[in-house]
Amino acid sequence: MFTLGPLTGILLYPIIGIILIFLTPRDKTSWIRGISNTAVFLSFVTSLWVFFHYDSASGGYQFVDHIPWVVPLGISYHVGVDGINSVLVLLQGFCSFAGVLVTRSIKERVKEYYLLYLMLIIGVYGVFMSLDLFFLYFFYEMAVMPVYLLIGVWGSSDKEYATMKLTLYLTGGAVLAFIALLSFYNGVGLGTFDLVAIQQHLTVHPLSPQLQNWIFPVIVVGFGVIVTLWPFYTWSPIGYAAAPTSVSMLHAGVLKKLGAYAILRLGIQMMPEAAQTWMPWVATLAVLNILYCGLISLTQRDLKFILGYSSCSHMGYILLGLACLNTIGLNGVVFLMFAHGIMAALGFALVGTFYDQTHTRNLDELGGLAKRMPFVTTCFTMTAMASAGLPGFANFVAEVMILLGAWDKYRWQAVLAVLGIVVTAVYMLKAVRLVFQGPLPAKWNHVNDAKTVFQRLPYALLILVLLVVGFWPSLILKNIEAGTRPILEQLERSADIEQRITFRKTE
Amino acid sequence: MVIPFLGWLILFSPLAACVLITLFFLRSKTWSAALAVTSLLFTFVCTLLLFFQILQGRQPSLIEQSLAWIRIGPLAIDFGVIVDPLSVLMLLVVTGVGSAIFIYSIGYMQEDPSFPRFFASLSFFAFSMIGIVLANNFLQLFMFWELVGLSSYLLIGFWYEKASAADAGVKAFVVNRVADFGFLCGIILLWSVSDLGSGRSFLFSHLLGVVPHLNKELLHWTALLIFCGVIGKSAQVPLHVWLPDAMEGPTPVSALIHAATMVAAGIYLLSRVFFLFEPMPNVLSIVAHVGAITAFLAATLAVTENDIKKILAYSTISQLGYMVMAMGLGGNVAGMYHLTTHAFFKALLFLGAGSVIHALHEQNIWQMGGLVKQMPVTGITFLIGTLALCGIFPFSGFWSKDEILLLAASHNSFLYGLATLTAGLTAFYMGRLCWVVFFGDPHSSSHPTHESPKIMTFPLVFLAVLSVVGGFLGIPQFLHPGEPTEFNGNVALISSTVAVGGLLLSYFVYGKCPHHDPLEKGLGPLYSLLKNKYFFDVVYRWYVEAIQQRVALIFYLIEKYLIVRLGIHGTTWTAKKAGGVLRYLQTGTVQIYALIFVLGVAYLFWKLIQCPLSPLGRGSGLP
Repeated sequence: MFTLGPLTGILLYPIIGIILIFLTPRDKTSWIRGISNTAVFLSFVTSLWVFFHYDSASGGYQFVDHIPWVVPLGISYHVGVDGINSVLVLLQGFCSFAGVLVTRSIKERVKEYYLLYLMLIIGVYGVFMSLDLFFLYFFYEMAVMPVYLLIGVWGSSDKEYATMKLTLYLTGGAVLAFIALLSFYNGVGLGTFDLVAIQQHLTVHPLSPQLQNWIFPVIVVGFGVIVTLWPFYTWSPIGYAAAPTSVSMLHAGVLKKLGAYAILRLGIQMMPEAAQTWMPWVATLAVLNILYCGLISLTQRDLKFILGYSSCSHMGYILLGLACLNTIGLNGVVFLMFAHGIMAALGFALVGTFYDQTHTRNLDELGGLAKRMPFVTTCFTMTAMASAGLPGFANFVAEVMILLGAWDKYRWQAVLAVLGIVVTAVYMLKAVRLVFQGPLPAKWNHVNDAKTVFQRLPYALLILVLLVVGFWPSLILKNIEAGTRPILEQLERSADIEQRITFRKTE
Repeated sequence: MVIPFLGWLILFSPLAACVLITLFFLRSKTWSAALAVTSLLFTFVCTLLLFFQILQGRQPSLIEQSLAWIRIGPLAIDFGVIVDPLSVLMLLVVTGVGSAIFIYSIGYMQEDPSFPRFFASLSFFAFSMIGIVLANNFLQLFMFWELVGLSSYLLIGFWYEKASAADAGVKAFVVNRVADFGFLCGIILLWSVSDLGSGRSFLFSHLLGVVPHLNKELLHWTALLIFCGVIGKSAQVPLHVWLPDAMEGPTPVSALIHAATMVAAGIYLLSRVFFLFEPMPNVLSIVAHVGAITAFLAATLAVTENDIKKILAYSTISQLGYMVMAMGLGGNVAGMYHLTTHAFFKALLFLGAGSVIHALHEQNIWQMGGLVKQMPVTGITFLIGTLALCGIFPFSGFWSKDEILLLAASHNSFLYGLATLTAGLTAFYMGRLCWVVFFGDPHSSSHPTHESPKIMTFPLVFLAVLSVVGGFLGIPQFLHPGEPTEFNGNVALISSTVAVGGLLLSYFVYGKCPHHDPLEKGLGPLYSLLKNKYFFDVVYRWYVEAIQQRVALIFYLIEKYLIVRLGIHGTTWTAKKAGGVLRYLQTGTVQIYALIFVLGVAYLFWKLIQCPLSPLGRGSGLP
């Protein structure tokens, strides 16, 4: 028989949770909450365990579980993590645990909500640990679909339009990616969906440049939709604004990073030659992301829209880092995926704390909330500062790494990206000023702070992560470095080949 | 080995105080104050220890200890401490003046319900400021540079319920961010060219060796970009606008952060990386002119200001201009010297102003009068501070200002003239402040007041003593041993005459203490120009509202109409219409379906006949 490792455990706990919730009567909401919290907590602890036990010195895929499934097509259940995945699985661990704790504020159709939410969690975990293209795609869709219902049923303002737009966009992107992946599968010609096997094959026999050159951009655009590559970002602010708190946390925090992860793993690693050709375009679009979305943020009056555009703007840094294709840049990207994920989840979680009480997120109606909720104010100010790239928070390390990585290759893009940090400071501080500072309108006298330890736990946990990683970046960098090393070697090899070709031509 | 260890201890003890207060003592006034004050006094003692060890030559004059913070491929970022006379002098200022202000704050903030939060923020500030001083590389310095920006933001907006205070905090942070845009670009640019074979580095010690090998033009841009950071943090024209607004914060904050230490960080930075500016005479000349213009403009603005703290704020900007000018004239030591003495007397002046505000709950100088009789300690120490600021012999300001004027006199007569004129203006506006606030009759509307408590007056006396003897402590010799101090009788005579002249002039105008400003009529249109602060704020507001916000709005409209309406809704519209057209094929009439079916079959049949290989084809061989 197969012995299953911790990664399967991470997937299994929420599945068991789903089954138990199915069996629980719908009026026992406290049972349902207890089951979900426990299941997600177990996955979270396991993800921590995996992260700390990942052996970064030897690198490669670890904690691998492999069960052949459809043998003729080469499909198998194959999970494992390398350095990059271990960090992203940890990110999902933190965000999903904080998210499920925050879900306490959902009061209607509790059973269905938790069922769908657990499905979403499984999907995201699955993408980050699948080593099989088929399952990777399967989990990706599994993450996209529950969101449709979660926003459509439990959402707020304009939820029907938002959820339809979000789902259509992401499905459209997924279809594009699907086409690209199928041609990729054909092009490799191994008859297997196994990523590890394909990677090994490609190091020796790279895909032909013609094939790479059309598959790569399709993958970038297909998965780019979910990283909100300019101009495919418009689903995101409105989608987040409509989504219930815990969904926007996971979506902005983790789901967005799925796209970046896929571009890195399936695009850059598999097709390094095409990456060299196409990524300069992405660097330019990245600057549009940073500045365009940043400036739009300045015009918004709804706090969730501000955070939504802000997250589109920050995805620009991730895209810019991906475009660097060098050591500093790629390590910075994975670092930022982690840092931004935690920060975005935190931001949306905090908006939820007062939205549940004020039922408005409009900056013009809010104000002075610091007096009623000092804890939330402190946390939100810290989030704003983290978002603005203040040293001490993980985001600073990541952004600086990306800027340093981009400096040589994309000088003007890097300078404009530095400008983006100024813009972020402007809209985030404006938000803090208008929501929490100034005189307190009498109508908000009833607003209450997060008081108990249990209520404060999710926010405190996420802030702690940002600070710890910000002060001690090596903690996650050593894993990240182990993960990016093979990708960089692949890039170097392809650059060597290219050089040899041009050399021969000049001869 | 004791010195680096002390360095780390000095850096982290205020942080420990901040963390402990935040986690455990946010409700206890006693504990929060005790922790904050003890930790800073402790760092002060450690710094004194360092100071004496260096003074007695028991330790080498430069010690550096560095930890690897980030090591990724070609990227090496360190985290270290650097201990040399420069950093020790700055540490003495930060921890010494800081300790006095911390103690003063216990009295000043006693009634405030957020007292513990105040001390947590102050400790955090001390940590970040010490971090700037001890940083041994550019990126670390930048990190703490941003952190002092954060503590400044938190402390300016300390009374966040007040809209003006909250706005001022945002303004300070954003203006500094704009400057730091250039600063960060400069740091990265310098890093990108710092590879001499052993890899790129942010370390000052490494960059020191790199600079001589660099292309002049590149170095030119780098130095200018780094100077951007100084313009922001040290409130030089044209980014000085945040500092007067920053006076919304509690007065001890203004004294510590916005007068004595944080705003001086720019000067410290220039001094730390002076090797970068030294070989570039044209950059130095730009620096000197920015400093001189700032000194002069700010001094003129102080003349028409009516808020006691804002007068002092403009005075701070003006004195920072002096220091920047000194740096630009190559006077590294002179600039740091003036920084130190200025920290003494400007902190004293702010704390004195705080004592007055604490007693009267009033900041408008025209609502005050005759306070020297009611508050003798505050009054007399304030006058000592004034004399030191005006550069009257033998107070500390005289010596340090004289060095700067001497430099200017020997380099550039235009700058010298401007600087001397500024010295006269300084004496004039400080004289105005003193005559109106401390002499004459008490203002009719004010109640009889009394002296502030001992905990507030003791720091005043301490700082007053420093302001008097600051010129005799041998500060330039400590920074630069062996260099003889020049003294030029003519320069000293001229500056003293100008200063005394300024004080006398102010006596003639304000000595009779009218309760309104006679200059209001006397200056005519110039007065309104000064009242509008040379329209800097107006121009910036116009930029933000008319340009930046509009561009952002245009982007938003592009998104709304072009991307969403045309792109997305266009696509959905096309899909819908296509569906609408295709719908006509489904008529629901069986006859039409049958017709299409028959036509299809006929077409297929015909095709098959045409095809030679099919069983129905012509060449199929069937009979």
